[in-house]
Amino acid sequence: MAHSTAVHAADPAHLDTSTGVDNRKLAFWTFIGSECLLFGSLIASYMAYKGSSRTGPYPHDTVLADGTLVPGILDVPLTSISTAVLLFSSLFMVLGLAGVQRGDRKSGALWLAATALFGSIFLGFQVYEFTHFWHNGLTLSSNLFGSTFFMLTGFHGAHVLAGVLYMSTLATLVWTGRLGKDKSLNVEIGGLYWHFVDVVWIIIFPLIYLIP
Amino acid sequence: MSSETHEVAHDVDAHPGTRLYWIIGLYLFILTALEIGCYYLEDTLGGMATPTILALSAAKFILVVMFFMHLKYDSKIFTGVFLFPMALATLVIGGLTILFHVLHPMGM
Repeated sequence: MAHSTAVHAADPAHLDTSTGVDNRKLAFWTFIGSECLLFGSLIASYMAYKGSSRTGPYPHDTVLADGTLVPGILDVPLTSISTAVLLFSSLFMVLGLAGVQRGDRKSGALWLAATALFGSIFLGFQVYEFTHFWHNGLTLSSNLFGSTFFMLTGFHGAHVLAGVLYMSTLATLVWTGRLGKDKSLNVEIGGLYWHFVDVVWIIIFPLIYLIP
Repeated sequence: MSSETHEVAHDVDAHPGTRLYWIIGLYLFILTALEIGCYYLEDTLGGMATPTILALSAAKFILVVMFFMHLKYDSKIFTGVFLFPMALATLVIGGLTILFHVLHPMGM
C-alpha cells in the first residue's frame, strides 16, 4: 500500500491495474477498435461497388453510353451543412466534458444537451435525405449504389441515434447532480463514443459525397 | 487514495483547456470548408482534387482523435488498441478498392 501511494505521488495518472490505465476506458477503446472493423467492412463494400450501378439513380452526374446526361442524386450543399452540424456537436462534447471536470454542473449539462441537440439535427437531415432518395426511386434494392449507401449511412445514423440517447442521459445526470466531477470518466467515455461517430463521418463524407 | 480521486487527478492534469478545443473546432470547420471547396473546384484542380480531399479528411481525423479523444495526452496503450484495428480496416478498404477498380474493373 505504501509502495502504491509512492508510485501515485510520482505519477498521478497511474492506476492500480495490470496495465496502469483505467479498465473501463481500456474496454471502451477495445469496443471502438471493434467498431473500426465494422465500419471498415461497410466502407470497403461501398468502395468496391462504387460506380458499378448499371441502372439509376446515380450518386453523381453520369453520362450514359448513348450520351444522355443523368444528374446525380446526392445533395452536396445540404450534406455539407449536416457535416458542419456534426463537427460542432463534437466541439460541444469536449466543452461539456471540460465543464464536468471543472465541477461546473450547469456548463457541463448545457454543452452535453447541445451535443444531443446537434446530433438530433444531423439525424433530421439524414431522415430528409433518405426520404428524398426514396421518392426519387433510390431504395436498398434499386441498385448497387442504393444497397451500399443505405447500409453504410444507415448504420452510421443508428450509431448517431444511440449517441443522442447516450448524451441526453449524461446531460440529465449531470444537470441533476448525479454525475459530478468525481465521476467525470463516465462523461469522458461517452465522449469517446460521440467523437468516434464523428470520425466515421469524417471518412464517409468525402468518400461518398465529394469524390465522384 | 481512492480510484475516483485518481480519475480526477488524471483528467484535470492530462486534458487541454477549452481555448484549445475552440481552436481545434475552428480548424475542423476550415478544413471542411476547404474539402467542399475542392469538390467544387474539381475541374480546376484536375487529378489533384481527390488526393487533396483525402489529405484534408485525414487531417480532420487526426485532429479529432488526438485532441478531442485525447490520444495525444493519454496512455499509448489506447493508441495501440485503436490504431491496430484501424490499420486493418484501412487495409481491407484499400485492398477491395484496388481489387474491384484496378485489377478487375466492373464498369457501368
